[in-house]
Amino acid sequence: MSLEKPSSPTEIGVTEDGLDYDALAELLGGHVIDRESHVNAEGFVVRPDEVQAVLSTLKTEAGFDHLANLTAQEYDDRYESIYHLRKYDDPTQELSIVVPSPKDDPHNQSAARIYDTADWHEREAYDLVGIDYDDHPDLRRILLPETWQGHPLSQDYDQNQPQIVTLRENANPLQDDQRSEDDPDTMFVNIGPHHPATHGVLHVKTVLDGEQVADIDPDIGYLHRCEEQMCQQGTYRHQIMPYPDRWDYVSAGMLNEWAYARAAEDLADIEVPEYAQVIRTMSAELSRIAAHMLALGTFALDVFGDFTAIFQYAFRDREVVMNILEDISGQRLMFNYFRLGGVAWDLPEPRDEFFEKIRDFLDDLPYKLEEYHDLITGNEIFQMRCVDTGVLTPEKAKSYGATGPVARGSGVDYDLRRDDPYGYYDELDWNVVTETGCDNFSRVLVRMREVEESARIIEQCVDLLEQWPEDDREIQANVPRTLRPEPDEEIYRAVEGAKGELGIYIRSDGTDKPARFKIRSPCFSNLQTLPEMSQGEYIPDMIASLGSLDIVLGEVDR
Amino acid sequence: MGEGADARFNSTLREAFGSTPFILTKFDQFMNWVRGSSMFMLQFGIACCSIEMIHTYAIKHDLDRFGAGIPRASPRQADVIVVPGTIVSKFAPRMKRVYDQMPEPKFVVSMGSCTISGGPFQEGYNVVKGAEEVIPVDIHVPGCPPRPEALVYGVAKLQERIANGESSPVTVKPYELEQFGDLERDELVEHLADEIDEDDLVMRYNWNDSP
Ligand code: SF4
Repeated sequence: MSLEKPSSPTEIGVTEDGLDYDALAELLGGHVIDRESHVNAEGFVVRPDEVQAVLSTLKTEAGFDHLANLTAQEYDDRYESIYHLRKYDDPTQELSIVVPSPKDDPHNQSAARIYDTADWHEREAYDLVGIDYDDHPDLRRILLPETWQGHPLSQDYDQNQPQIVTLRENANPLQDDQRSEDDPDTMFVNIGPHHPATHGVLHVKTVLDGEQVADIDPDIGYLHRCEEQMCQQGTYRHQIMPYPDRWDYVSAGMLNEWAYARAAEDLADIEVPEYAQVIRTMSAELSRIAAHMLALGTFALDVFGDFTAIFQYAFRDREVVMNILEDISGQRLMFNYFRLGGVAWDLPEPRDEFFEKIRDFLDDLPYKLEEYHDLITGNEIFQMRCVDTGVLTPEKAKSYGATGPVARGSGVDYDLRRDDPYGYYDELDWNVVTETGCDNFSRVLVRMREVEESARIIEQCVDLLEQWPEDDREIQANVPRTLRPEPDEEIYRAVEGAKGELGIYIRSDGTDKPARFKIRSPCFSNLQTLPEMSQGEYIPDMIASLGSLDIVLGEVDR
Repeated sequence: MGEGADARFNSTLREAFGSTPFILTKFDQFMNWVRGSSMFMLQFGIACCSIEMIHTYAIKHDLDRFGAGIPRASPRQADVIVVPGTIVSKFAPRMKRVYDQMPEPKFVVSMGSCTISGGPFQEGYNVVKGAEEVIPVDIHVPGCPPRPEALVYGVAKLQERIANGESSPVTVKPYELEQFGDLERDELVEHLADEIDEDDLVMRYNWNDSP
């Protein structure tokens, strides 16, 4: 079947039926001081001053090349950082490295020298929870303003204390328009946070040498809406589900909801009926199409200011998809359609009409895509702007934890729908799209081709749903009214969102609310690759690279 | 009306005038009517609501039909700002700055529950509880997000108000941009004194006083 992936040469601990954690523990020897079992993988507890040794052994000798996430949290008696490792070749092979650190002076070694992506993840952990990372290249706040007092996700934080925020960088835009002192040949340019090309409230501090980018520092946090706090305040059953819609808000809501649903269902051992899984798969792929259309339209706007044709076409097609999604969920953008154990309600009546509507859309799609290809990929100006600009090598993509179209545009064959199957994906016939150009062009092409694949998936789902026997349409499993997962269970689960690996870490404490809810956002990791892609390039290419990353600030900042 | 005139030139307005091409009006009224009929919007996106705002500008809903659809990238060329999304502590000073850069007279449409009260994120440690904490607002469009139709309605209402010469309500604005040196010296200010210069602009959030 097309979904098979060639297996890699055997690495330490890899057996026919899953990972052999004993072998891995043996590899690390005395570094492992304790072992925990999390729902998704085992956790090895290591000392805070041995993090680098452990991670570099695991990366080089056991093949854990993907630092998916870093969760930091405070317990009553200690702080803890969890490094969630997996492999790009097989993400079901997971391992958590648990690093406790003392309550009075929490610090542990930084992983930034081993995995580039740890840089930002550790800055976030420092910012929100307050753990210090020794040997970190640049440990400062990332989401909150520099002058913020306290660490909001730590236990004794007082939310009502006053705060003072400065307006220094942007105080006078022209004042910044000067040559910096140490290198008189460079010029500092502030892009954003209010700027048409930054796709929302991103602030990019750029230093130019002539037309070329000499230094670049994306400054985020202008949309940090405390999503993790909100989810930690909500009850599992109903109060959390509305929030995922607002992470990646460009109509990718269904995909995000699935991330939470998957993590919580696995945590509480809920089996989702097959019929609901098919509906989920279909609506998620519709979301993906809508999200990729937006990426396409805004990208055209970025690289050649096309506000009239491509941008409007993309929005026309989004309207069609949004209408269908509205029929399913009742909302155009914030669907809140998934429930733990199923979906909110069955497909709309009359069903024939509804299926007809989807089929019409799918029938039109190939012509539309052809038109896009004429306008975009076949366009000479577009090619000149995008081919061989913003190059991201596969090695760097992996090291920065890039996933989704950004990784696949660099030839990294990683798609959780296939590699860590959930929903109904493994029963359907479709392909994972990769391109090997590693440039802006490839990333756009991947998205366009993924739209075709999504359409294939939707078509098969519609076929299945049409023939589904009427008395077997179970949309919801039996889930207790108040859900209280066993105390001290920990889980990290991810789905393939529109932008890549969207993961959720939940720790339960026996109540009906999560004790820790951590969101691994694909955009957050993807955005880190921007300096890598644009250092030394022309500034317009930097804008194109930023567009090709397709970030959503709601998800970057959470 | 002259006989030979092309039918295309005979607008409703002209019909209303009858045969005399003159009307008598006050200059203020005329200006208000002009203002309301041709509004330059600031291209300003914050969060989820901005996606629906783009849909309002784009094909199908096409806000331009109502004389309000030219998004300007620079605040200096705009006279209406739609605030579409959650405002957080780091962004509020920037938004205030953008607002200040717009020339008078200027109008504000706040879009979505977030700009009314903080919306779904009202309890967040970092979330400003509504746009009115920072800038005065003329029209609130509720919803999460409001549908494009709702935004069109909100803009139409704004146009109506402008044409009628109604001024925006006076609002309480607890959060102002001020110089650090002008703040009352309390514990927090003392604490930050080495980090912030006297003449740096700052915004102070007294969360306790927020609704
Ligand atoms: S009101 Fe709702 S849709 Fe609008 S920005 Fe706030 S959360 Fe997003």
